[in-house]
Amino acid sequence: MVDNKSISVTVNGRSKTTEVEPRRLLVHWIREALGLTGTHVGCDTSSCGACTVLLDGTPVKSCTMFAVQADGREVTTVEGLQQGGKLHPIQEGFKEEHGLQCGFCTPGMMLLGAALLEENPDPSEEDVRWAISGNLCRCTGYQNIVKSVQWAAKKAASEQAGVNA
Amino acid sequence: MFPRSFDYLAPDSMDDALAMLAEHGEDAKVLAGGQSLIPLMKLRFAAPDYIIDINRIPDLGSIIENGSLNVGALVRTHDIERSELIKRRYPAMAAAAPLISDPLVRNLGTVVGSLCHADPQGDWASVMLAMNAEIICRTGDSHRRIPVAEFVQGPFTTSLEPNEIATGVDIPDPGSDTYGTYMKLERKVGDFASVGVAVHLSFDDGGGVERAGIGLTAVGPANIKATEAERLLTGAELDGGTIARAADLCAEAANPHSDQRGSAEYKRAIVRVFVSRALSAAAAGKAA
Repeated sequence: MVDNKSISVTVNGRSKTTEVEPRRLLVHWIREALGLTGTHVGCDTSSCGACTVLLDGTPVKSCTMFAVQADGREVTTVEGLQQGGKLHPIQEGFKEEHGLQCGFCTPGMMLLGAALLEENPDPSEEDVRWAISGNLCRCTGYQNIVKSVQWAAKKAASEQAGVNA
Repeated sequence: MFPRSFDYLAPDSMDDALAMLAEHGEDAKVLAGGQSLIPLMKLRFAAPDYIIDINRIPDLGSIIENGSLNVGALVRTHDIERSELIKRRYPAMAAAAPLISDPLVRNLGTVVGSLCHADPQGDWASVMLAMNAEIICRTGDSHRRIPVAEFVQGPFTTSLEPNEIATGVDIPDPGSDTYGTYMKLERKVGDFASVGVAVHLSFDDGGGVERAGIGLTAVGPANIKATEAERLLTGAELDGGTIARAADLCAEAANPHSDQRGSAEYKRAIVRVFVSRALSAAAAGKAA
């Protein structure tokens, strides 16, 4: 019999401490133990990116990581993008530019977009396509996903200009 | 998909990790990036009783150049992609990094982990074969260096002992005048290579080829070091005839099989084309 491990993970800014079986994948812990079902299980074979979360700000596939590995670290899921009821620019971008159709890939795409903008506030179309190249949209709606990320970049820049003005 | 149950060990020092490995040996697997191991465990191709997660051990995540280039066991492929030092001095590595799997896998997957996994379709082993790299291995009371050419023994098989941890890979100084690239044919981002070719050349003061290294991906039961082509190129001028002969030798060294990614004949032809393109680009660079 394998012992459960106690883990403490900061998820969307809040500390979560639970017991977890070592073989439990991070995505299942997020969905089932925490009830945060915005993180999707798509292929379950590390191919599609629907399960993307940010680990200390870096996009990773939560189906290809054990929950125990996240002990002591920070995880951001799609639910953590909005702040105090205000949408993240990337969320507004997906709304304005029709960046989703069925919505299944959207949480992963938005988290990748948010992480990209942290690193590169003014990404070219190629930069965006490169950043999302590991994530599949089965509606093939890539065109609008790229536009949405670029819309968010402009919005974030104008908000920043407003702050600096 | 759920892996079989295992006990999770997360040592915070290399000595502790080695002691755990000495105790559990073949029942344990070392976890670095996990981007090959975890999918294998989910498919239950791997079912270790113990996972020894080395991610909490300090000092394994550095890229250090000091006579040679040491890439620690926790250096992610993404770290290689971002490194200015690698871009400037190790062009074959810089070319390979962004072509490996997809951006999310590169954020976690490690260079050394890829070498230890020894998938014949893995890209890093070809680069390391071309650069004559050595794996640095440790047990509790000893360490040794194994040339990658001896380390990779066959599909998913290395000469790493069950009580050893690969703590890094060491790449010889390429010199000041080099050429390197990695060319990869893949059906889509994230797919394994249909064919990959790594080329590394170091030139002497007169512009002749002082050292030549060529590694081939996905065209045999393990990554192939094209030693005959390397011998031909060493000391040679990069003229059209030499380039064509080297490309032929590489195509002959390849031993591909037909599958959904292409026929054996096609893959062999791609090896010839890639080697020829890489060497021609190197020659054009010298002429410019």
